[in-house]
This record gives sequence, C-alpha cells and structure tokens, in this order.
Amino acid sequence: MGRVVVEVMPKPEILDPQGKAVVGALPRLGFTQFSGVRQGKRFELEVDGEVTSEVLDAARQAAETLLSNPVIEDVVRVADASEESAGAVA
Amino acid sequence: MSAGSASTTLDSARIGVVTFPGTLDDRDAARAVRLAGGEPVSLFHADGDLQGVDAVVLPGGFSYGDYLRAGAISRFAPAMDALVDAAKGGLPVLGICNGFQVLTEAHLLPGSMIKNDHLHFVCREQVLAVENAETAWTNAYTAGQHITIPLKNQDGQFVADERTLDELEGEGRVAFRYVGGNPNGSRRDIAGISNAAGNVVGLMPHPEHAVEAGFGPDSPAGQRAGTDGLGFFTSVLASLVHA
Repeated sequence: MGRVVVEVMPKPEILDPQGKAVVGALPRLGFTQFSGVRQGKRFELEVDGEVTSEVLDAARQAAETLLSNPVIEDVVRVADASEESAGAVA
Repeated sequence: MSAGSASTTLDSARIGVVTFPGTLDDRDAARAVRLAGGEPVSLFHADGDLQGVDAVVLPGGFSYGDYLRAGAISRFAPAMDALVDAAKGGLPVLGICNGFQVLTEAHLLPGSMIKNDHLHFVCREQVLAVENAETAWTNAYTAGQHITIPLKNQDGQFVADERTLDELEGEGRVAFRYVGGNPNGSRRDIAGISNAAGNVVGLMPHPEHAVEAGFGPDSPAGQRAGTDGLGFFTSVLASLVHA
C-alpha cells in the first residue's frame, strides 16, 4: 500500500489567525525563541498499489481543486510518503 | 404545501432552498421566502435537479462540519454543479454565511472566508450599510441605508488580494459593509459582495433571522421587532417580476 503526502499552507500574505494564537501561547510555556508560527495542513492519501507518477499527478490535481483553496492557500508539497521517511524521521 | 394554497402559489415565484448535511438555517430561509410572498422549494444537495426554481438560497450552517474548509466539500455536491451553470445563466442566488462560503469555494464569488481575527465565535445583532441597492437581492433597499440583522460565525473574515478588493470596490460589487466596528477583521469592512451581473450575492450576516416582528433583532419599533432582512426576499421577488 502506497501513500502520498500533500501539504497545504496559508498564503504568506494572508494573516493566519490560528498561527498567531499559537505564537502567543508559546512564551507562556517558556518557548521564547519563536517569533512567528504559521499553521498548515498535511493530508495522507492512501492508494492500494504503488505510488506511480500517475498517482502523483492525480494527487496534485486533487490538491489544487479540493484539498486547497488557491485564494488563501498554497500547495507546498506533493510527495511519495515512502521517500520522505528516511530523511524526515531524524 | 397544502392543496388549498395551490391557486395563490401557482403564479408566485418558487425559491429553492438547498439543504446540505449540516445545514442549520434552511427552515428559517424557507420561512423568510414564505413571509416575503414567495413559495419555498426544498432542494437537496445530492439531487442535481433544481426543479425549475426561479431563484436559490444557500442557507447558513456548518455543512460537513466545516471540515477541510467551510463550504469546501458542499461545493462539489450535485446540486451545486447545476447551480453554478444556472447562476452563470442569470439565476438569482443568495448565499448566507455558510452559503456565502460555498459560493466562494465554487468561484461564483471572489475571495474567501478565514477564521475571525480574534478566533472567537461571534453572535450579535449587526448593523450593515447597504452599498449596492441594485442587485437581485438588494433592490428593496436604498444605497447607504443601514439595516440590522444577526451575525453568527467563526469563519467570517472576508479576505481577497488587493487587486480583487479594488475591482470589487470599483465595480460597485461591495454589497454590504459592517457599520459600528469590524466584527471579524474582514478586509475593508466587507460583509457581503455580488458578482458582476448582480444576480449572485453572498454575505456573512443572516437576513433570514430578521423577517418577522417578535422574532427579529431589537429595533426602534420594539424588542425583537426588527424585520430588516425581509428586503432580501422581497427584492428577489420584485426582480423576478421585472425580469
């Protein structure tokens, strides 16, 4: 079973009220290093077979049409999940 | 609904009200249509047949629990496919609150709604200035008129890029602006907008909750006496007569 990861972020010019609330809460816990937070979304799309280039193309289309709203969000990543695990889980 | 009213409703306008899973205000919207003198017609999200209605209201609520983005999943309902085509052909469509969010997701109206800047749910009686009194849903008002109707949402902050905002202003497509303070951070105090043709209008506040004395906002006429929202529904009936 394969898995495609899609990540969506609010556009840089759009104020992110949720990120703003999070950055406001961090210093209360002693985390004073962080001056900004932006909150996005991560989707994991499962397929029965392998993650082929066709599957990735379909995921990109789904990301642009349903998973994100281009007025307020950018799709920042569409990738085969098996290729990220090696480096990401550090 | 009853056979006895058939003769009076035969020539009255039929206004569809779409129910999605999680819609809350469809009954109130239907009641508003009835009080204005129209015949409400229940439409279901899964049915692509608009039943030949003369206009459509997309009511408020939390369709699909606001999952993904408010209105994002409803936008792909079979009823919406039919509605997008009909709206482009001139069918009057009013989106209230979640209905407005559905209209922006469907790209019938520009911009989008994000979470209120203060992150809280807002529920209050809101004063609006009617900026454009020439749309299918606002012709019963006069330009500059102040009306008071309820506002209740968490994702009500209207956003669009500067170019789109300038375009909306320049073309007179800002239909309503908040008066007496911006309740959610909406760009340029915008509460509602219309498409270029004026047949599609969306707004975050709820006109359908201010249509009958005794059940509306407080007004100079008395407690809960406000009926400022009724004009939306009489407007569309008038626009259909003159169409």
